[in-house]
Amino acid sequence: MQQLGMGQAVNQALREEMRRNSEVFIAGEGVGVGIHVNPMFPTTGLLEEFGSKRVRDTPVSEAAIAGLAVGAAEAGLRPVVEIMFNPFITLASDMIVNHAAKLRYLSGGKSSFPLVIRVKTGAGFGAGCQHSHNLEAWLAHCPGLKVVMPATPADAKGLLKSAIRDDNPVIFIEDMMLYFAPGPVPEEEYLTPIGKADVKRPGGDVSLVTWGNMLGVAFKAAERLAQEGVEVEVVDLRSLVPLDTETILESVRKTGRLVVLHEATRTGGFAGEVSAVVMEHAFGELKAPLRRVTGPDIPVPASPTLERFYIPDEEQVVTAVREIL
Amino acid sequence: MQIPVEKKREMLWTMILSRAFSDTLSELCKTQGRVPGMMILSTGQEAVGSGVCAALLPEDVIVTNHRSHSHLLAKGADPRALMAEIYCKSTGCNKGKSGTLHLAVPEVNAPCTSTVVGAGLPLAVGQAFAQQYREERRVTVCFFGDGAADEGSFHEALNLASLWRLPVIFVCENNLYAGAQRYEEHTRTRHVADRAEGYAIPGEVVDGNDVLAVYASLTKSRQRALAGEGPTLLECKTYRCHGHSESDPQHYQPEEEIRSWRGKCPIPRLSDNLLAEGRITRDEIREMQAKAEAMVRDAVSFAEASPYPLAEEALEDVWAD
Ligand SMILES: Cc1ncc(C[n+]2csc(CCOP(=O)(O)OP(=O)(O)O)c2C)c(N)n1
Repeated sequence: MQQLGMGQAVNQALREEMRRNSEVFIAGEGVGVGIHVNPMFPTTGLLEEFGSKRVRDTPVSEAAIAGLAVGAAEAGLRPVVEIMFNPFITLASDMIVNHAAKLRYLSGGKSSFPLVIRVKTGAGFGAGCQHSHNLEAWLAHCPGLKVVMPATPADAKGLLKSAIRDDNPVIFIEDMMLYFAPGPVPEEEYLTPIGKADVKRPGGDVSLVTWGNMLGVAFKAAERLAQEGVEVEVVDLRSLVPLDTETILESVRKTGRLVVLHEATRTGGFAGEVSAVVMEHAFGELKAPLRRVTGPDIPVPASPTLERFYIPDEEQVVTAVREIL
Repeated sequence: MQIPVEKKREMLWTMILSRAFSDTLSELCKTQGRVPGMMILSTGQEAVGSGVCAALLPEDVIVTNHRSHSHLLAKGADPRALMAEIYCKSTGCNKGKSGTLHLAVPEVNAPCTSTVVGAGLPLAVGQAFAQQYREERRVTVCFFGDGAADEGSFHEALNLASLWRLPVIFVCENNLYAGAQRYEEHTRTRHVADRAEGYAIPGEVVDGNDVLAVYASLTKSRQRALAGEGPTLLECKTYRCHGHSESDPQHYQPEEEIRSWRGKCPIPRLSDNLLAEGRITRDEIREMQAKAEAMVRDAVSFAEASPYPLAEEALEDVWAD
């Protein structure tokens, strides 16, 4: 099987969907001619293959980029636009929150908005809080938006292809740290369904629910705990909206214990939603209180020592698991 | 405009210091991992910060962006505190919270730095509003790039500042590139300054590599602002001699273009002028250079010898008590 970083997997998905459907176009800051010519990055080489009609470099204008997607999607195109870093989605938020998410509803179901907004996210590259800020919970709080956050290159490819074919607005969040972590990606064509979680590691003692870049941390913690004879079931949500409550509940009913792990900050984080779902539907089956392992409630600091402190690690996960065993 | 010779020498000094600072950082970046994060420099653009800040008083405010080093040095920031912050050390001006991208130095009235492109303009509107509100005799300058003029925030800020005649000067540092996009690939407005007309404020194009011209224009617009006549949009035409950041190979910048702009370097332009006027000697220029290099070496030693912040310090500084 081919080994690809997540950026390369995204690149393949874009290529395949653009070849398949001439209504698909991409736009964003430097998606055609960018600063870096790096084969690990998502849009490298697309301008060469598809030309400047379908690969649109835009000015530094996030509101216009998102609005372009909303307007063009209603008119029948399939825009895939990029917001360079997650914090800059705030500049596009009116178009996303008040328009992409709501215009179909406002039309009484007459219009649809088949668009994808790709957003790069994640801490760990020392740029500080105006570049690193995971806002997936904000977006998940807007009915009308699907929110997808893959953890592996294979899922990224399959999910992005599904997102492009979906008739709803999809926010597709890519953790940049994963661009440089190659993983297996099937050669043949496939789609990964949006709204379906994936049990990435089965286990009977505790359910560890996570998504995005934290999957790696979850695996490390699971391996360490396995040496102590504790079997952790790692559930990768892959999509926050729609949320696969069935898979979460099935796992928790089996293990009776839950730890939710995300890199985003704690208060109002999506772990709260996952926890609430479990409390509502599986309270009786819980053998212990659940635990959240998240970033602390601070902006992501730049300094390496501080940034390491911010990012949840396997030690914290192991501790949380031990606390509820 | 008659510019006092002391002012000219001050501008030469701050440009030389800024250049020594960025040349050193550029060298340091060649060793992987020595300085964390992105490295965004203003090599070749020093005349903008130096000319602007020389025309300001210490109580005037500057709002700057991701490419801030030369602005902050010209405003009088301590090279040690800046360098230590760029190194993300605990002795840095922001205790390692910021790193290079949002260096805030309230001590020299540079309190609101943002790496969000275009964010500086509305922030500057707020600073200028407070100055007007309190009837203070000082002004705010906002530095931003040509790319930032494409954000909605630029337009909203200009309109509001114009409407309320706020004492703010919007200084566009047009270095011909926004990321990998050349100016004419991101806008069809001939000059960013032309947009001033849409907001009924003066817009002026200045040679951004001529520090004396920058100084003169800023002085004029500052007087206008103090007289209650409102904002000015000043566009300084210059060139980004390095890549967007030090990891940018500049594959999209024609070599000939880089070479020709390096030939228009603002530092010899001023020093030659001063030499011709007999206002400085070659020895004095060499002394300035040696002094700048020593200051930067000292700043680097200070930064390298400083500790990283303790992990738990991450929790501090979120809230005002
Ligand atoms: C809102 C926002 N969008 C995108 C970016 C990424 N980015 C950083 S600098 C830059 C180019 C800015 O160009 P310009 O304003 O001309 O300033 P210059 O870098 O040339 O000094 C971009 C797109 C950002 N920091 N903020």
